[in-house]
Amino acid sequence: MTARFAPGDRVRVRWAHPPGHIRTPYYVRGKTGVIERICGSFRNPEELAYARDGQPVRPLYRVHFDQGTLWPDDQGRANDGVEVEIFEHWLEPAGAAKEGGT
Amino acid sequence: MSDPGRGHHDMGGLPAGPVERGEHDYALWEKRVDALLMLLSDKTRDLVRVDELRRGIEQLGSGAYDELSYYERWIASITGVLLGKGVFTSDELGRKMAEVEARAAGDRT
Repeated sequence: MTARFAPGDRVRVRWAHPPGHIRTPYYVRGKTGVIERICGSFRNPEELAYARDGQPVRPLYRVHFDQGTLWPDDQGRANDGVEVEIFEHWLEPAGAAKEGGT
Repeated sequence: MSDPGRGHHDMGGLPAGPVERGEHDYALWEKRVDALLMLLSDKTRDLVRVDELRRGIEQLGSGAYDELSYYERWIASITGVLLGKGVFTSDELGRKMAEVEARAAGDRT
């Protein structure tokens, strides 16, 4: 499956709260980060969780967030970051209209 | 904390106590639960996937989630998945549990 994003692209995690089994942690939703790498394509765990086949496979990305983006009150060093693996359907180009969060 | 969009289990970034760093032994039943999942999720059986296990744990509800221990959550979720797939029925499971309980009580006397 062709990956929509490439390393270095700025992406925003969708500000969404669907019911069900979700693999995108709450603390990154609505936040902006940078694609660090493409991890490969995998069956969708949000479907596998309900005994379905999880097809088609979807690209999974490792996304880098500056610590301060996630927790503005954080007292850590300026360069501290967090990397989270996120499936493509949770990501939008960072230029897209802001739906919430920061 | 009370945000309805956040799942109870989804607690990354929330205030928490210090990390317990001590090593501890597992009880025999905990090792058995672990072994049970390994067998149920292997390629030949493929009855309980890790994604289903996690979904079942998340669906325990906040009360049970907080009260149950790690492997208690596992066995509660595994039970739910197997019931859902018809591997056994509630009635069969209940009768077997009563049988094992009676056997254990017999061993104690």
